[in-house]
Amino acid sequence: MEIDRPDGRTRNQLRPLACSRNILNRAHGSARWSQGDTIVLAAVYGPKTGTRKNENPEKASIEVIWKPRTGQVGKAEKEYEMILKRTLQSICVLTINQNTTTTVILQVVNDDGSLLPCAINAACAALVDAGIPVRHLAVAICCAMAGSGSVILDPTKLEEQKMEAFSYLVFHNSVLSMLPEGSLHVDGEPMEHGIITSVTHGVISVDDYLYCLERGHAASAKISDFLRRSLQSHAPSDPSKAA
Amino acid sequence: MGSSGASGDLEGEMEVDAFRRLFPLRFHERHLLESIRPDARPLGRARESTVALGAVSSADGSALAKIGHTTMLAAIKMEVMTPSSESPDEGCVAIDFHMPPICSPFVRPGRPAEVAPVIAKQLSDVISSSGMINLKELSLTTGKAAWMAYLDIYCLDADGALFDAALLSAVAAFSHLQIPAVSINEDGRVVTVSRADGDGKQAKDPVIKEKRKLTLSCVPFSLTCILHQKYILADPTAEEESVMETLVTVVLDSSSRLVSLYKPGGPVLAYTSAVQDCIALTRHRVKELQKILNEAVSDMEVD
Repeated sequence: MEIDRPDGRTRNQLRPLACSRNILNRAHGSARWSQGDTIVLAAVYGPKTGTRKNENPEKASIEVIWKPRTGQVGKAEKEYEMILKRTLQSICVLTINQNTTTTVILQVVNDDGSLLPCAINAACAALVDAGIPVRHLAVAICCAMAGSGSVILDPTKLEEQKMEAFSYLVFHNSVLSMLPEGSLHVDGEPMEHGIITSVTHGVISVDDYLYCLERGHAASAKISDFLRRSLQSHAPSDPSKAA
Repeated sequence: MGSSGASGDLEGEMEVDAFRRLFPLRFHERHLLESIRPDARPLGRARESTVALGAVSSADGSALAKIGHTTMLAAIKMEVMTPSSESPDEGCVAIDFHMPPICSPFVRPGRPAEVAPVIAKQLSDVISSSGMINLKELSLTTGKAAWMAYLDIYCLDADGALFDAALLSAVAAFSHLQIPAVSINEDGRVVTVSRADGDGKQAKDPVIKEKRKLTLSCVPFSLTCILHQKYILADPTAEEESVMETLVTVVLDSSSRLVSLYKPGGPVLAYTSAVQDCIALTRHRVKELQKILNEAVSDMEVD
């Protein structure tokens, strides 16, 4: 059963992706990521000396500040900050710059659905722009489920509200390897199949969710390719900025 | 490595405590190798949980839930308000989660816990998306008056698995909730009917209702698990949460549908097999919690 999407996309089609790096002058790293009309601006400052009181000084720590487009910071923003902080902590190499704090600031420019995945992608591009050591990158996608078990990718805000449930999924980026067996395998599953983060809204059956995971990491391969192309094509950023 | 020496049991015990403080990860991993945890639980078992309804007598509905040492007190107060124009026949539920300094040494009056607003938002998302409460039941007069339920949850002791205990206490409080009887007096205002008045007041608009309970459908229950290397630990304590940082919270409702699968990052990736194992552990836990809740409700009704 084909679902008619208002903007004419097919079920598995993503909105046009655009990523520009090094757009803010004073930030050590910055990126602007847009998926269709959802645009998020990310800036990275760091590493700065010292960690906050509750943090472990034997590791580098990451601080996330989320600024909504309008209105004051509330519980939703605090939740996004926590999810982003834990996701970015899992991709950065925290043992290199011990006892330092890297601040990632996200500004929502426009919200047209799939906001958290857009922000995670922007934050990863900004970390690369700043030269923060990362183990691998995270690729985020939003999947919405209709009741019949069909999954659409990258929904707009209207589609998110109409659908029965949607989930934000974050995976490893796909690995381009010269070795014949390709990527690392853990327990027989390729490394990219593991989810770093998953946040769901709405009630679905367990089988629908597992189907959603499959569709999600098929799509994350496309976003991975886009990310690789866009990071390779930019000129290296000014090395004197992180002084 | 801190293992007990030959001389004296006391010396051996102090060494173990020091080892636990100095090398917490190794201490826990030594236990995991034997498929057991420091409090002698097998990996997949949750701590002992209890629910007591009616803990706060001045509230319209309340419950005290304990999972191990983690204690949550939930209380519901009802207030009449005018419903919004988009949904004139629906009431409203406002959920707030507080972590006062009594719950943990890391929470101080000037430094609120970072995790409190996150859990509050998670709770409101889960309760609204699970459809446990039919908001139309909270309506009094379409377009004019509806109930607003203020649910406040206080954490009295934070020892890991905060969301699980908070959700259990919220669900128990809603099971205990009795909506007060009201009538509309001559001014058109809604007043609560106390038992002494009885049928003395003749209301113009007969909206006299008996004290009634809400019908709860698809009650959600949750289980938080920790993923560490290839182990899955159900229902972590605060010490385990601080040492092994990857948490997965699965919320299932009574018909085994997935209400939420929440994994906020973390160093360990969740593969499909781990996700399925967590969901299986949660299914088992849902049955346990349903039994505990039903027993608490029937104990209350006997009184």
